[in-house]
Amino acid sequence: MSNLENDRPLLQAEGLSKWYGRQLGCRDVSFDLYPGEVMAVVGESGSGKTTLLQLLSAQLVPSAGRVCYRLRDGAVHDLATLGQAQRRFLFRTDWGYVHQDPALGLRMAVSAGANVGERLMAVGWRHYGRIRSAAEEWLDRVEIARGRVDDPPSTYSGGMRQRLQIARNLVTNPRLVFMDEPTGGLDVSVQARLLDLISGLVAELGLAAVVVTHDLAVARLLSHRVMVMKDGEVIESGLTDQVLDDPREPYTQLLVSSILPA
Amino acid sequence: MSVIDLVEVRKSFTMHLQGGVHLPVVAGVSFSARAGECVALAGPSGVGKSSILKMIFGNYRCDGGRILLHDNDTVTDIATAPPRAIIALRRHAMGYVSQFLRAVPRVTTLDVVAEPLVLAGVAREEARARAGVLLRRLAIPERLWPLPPATFSGGEQQRVNIARGFLADMPLLLLDEPTASLDAANRAAVIALIAEKKRRGVAIVAIVHDEEVRDAVADRLVDISQFAAAA
Repeated sequence: MSNLENDRPLLQAEGLSKWYGRQLGCRDVSFDLYPGEVMAVVGESGSGKTTLLQLLSAQLVPSAGRVCYRLRDGAVHDLATLGQAQRRFLFRTDWGYVHQDPALGLRMAVSAGANVGERLMAVGWRHYGRIRSAAEEWLDRVEIARGRVDDPPSTYSGGMRQRLQIARNLVTNPRLVFMDEPTGGLDVSVQARLLDLISGLVAELGLAAVVVTHDLAVARLLSHRVMVMKDGEVIESGLTDQVLDDPREPYTQLLVSSILPA
Repeated sequence: MSVIDLVEVRKSFTMHLQGGVHLPVVAGVSFSARAGECVALAGPSGVGKSSILKMIFGNYRCDGGRILLHDNDTVTDIATAPPRAIIALRRHAMGYVSQFLRAVPRVTTLDVVAEPLVLAGVAREEARARAGVLLRRLAIPERLWPLPPATFSGGEQQRVNIARGFLADMPLLLLDEPTASLDAANRAAVIALIAEKKRRGVAIVAIVHDEEVRDAVADRLVDISQFAAAA
């Protein structure tokens, strides 16, 4: 237990709220996320999941509350006090953001290799050969054939695009990855392969992640813990298998009982 | 030395989708298991035996009481511990063999079995080698090892599950009907594995309906029907 108490949270949300005018995005969300911990945020559309993800990743400014992040040097910063340049630097190095729609996270017209290499160049890599071989190595890890390195993602299938987006995000060795419905819109067989790949990489790299999903199977497979959101508020949270196998709240029971048997 | 102490543990379910029906399961559950001891939970089906194992593993929540797990010099109350403390305990301090294997697509049998050791920090190759030894003892033919277990028979899946649960040496091992769908030879193999765990000082809490197996492994019975909660 002592080493558990010694390590400190990577990301801390304190009383996070967001109003869009009179419309509530999310209200009073607080949690600590530790290194290597994967947290799923589940709930139906409109429950505030995506708002929360954007607040956590400094893409939205909270109406109340704050998000603190522990940088690699150990210093903890309120994201609101970081300058634009520092936030951009975080986004390029220490964080990843996997969009549901790969077209938002990729440059569709440039080659797959360049999509991955671009993140490395943004953190100062200059040697073409090394960038290329790092990109190829990452394409291998996400199971994209070497022969497709020079093709743009516009020629890729949906599953390949999503795997490429993951490679682009992980190539800089981030410590925290945000994922917004990473398997949404994919065929079931493609989903299974992608989930398997993500769970392997997350465990191997010891990544912390916040995964927004409406799919409880995704939460079960990827996450250690889960927060259930409804109407902008967190109504239940805990260990993933505990919340899914022994749900307490009426809405969580409804979600769990609504899964169709395969 | 006590490894696990349950103190006045209480559990009920409220089924909100069925008009808020309240189902009391157990109340006042108190028992302990010491290092090297196998405690068998007894009582008819539906009395709450599996629920108790699930509460110990942190899979079900408790309504009240304490579940104290002693690991090295620390004591954790699983009833109130945060998720990451329970996950850490599952990696290092407690194993659980459920009745059914929850198979992950695409992961090979050998890696399914080796995973708990890998999570506990053992190098993958060594973990696989040790997984292979156990699979052989449980008569899973080597040609099946590279395949995901999803398509295996019920008995094969159960043996894969047992191998996975028995691979790492944790202070506490929870067994839910580990021999339910096994033939005599494999039952004997599981009895031998349990005896070895006990010799190595592992505390075991088990649900075993098969009397022959229970007589062979259990040091003590705890009758769960004495803890039936009033409706």
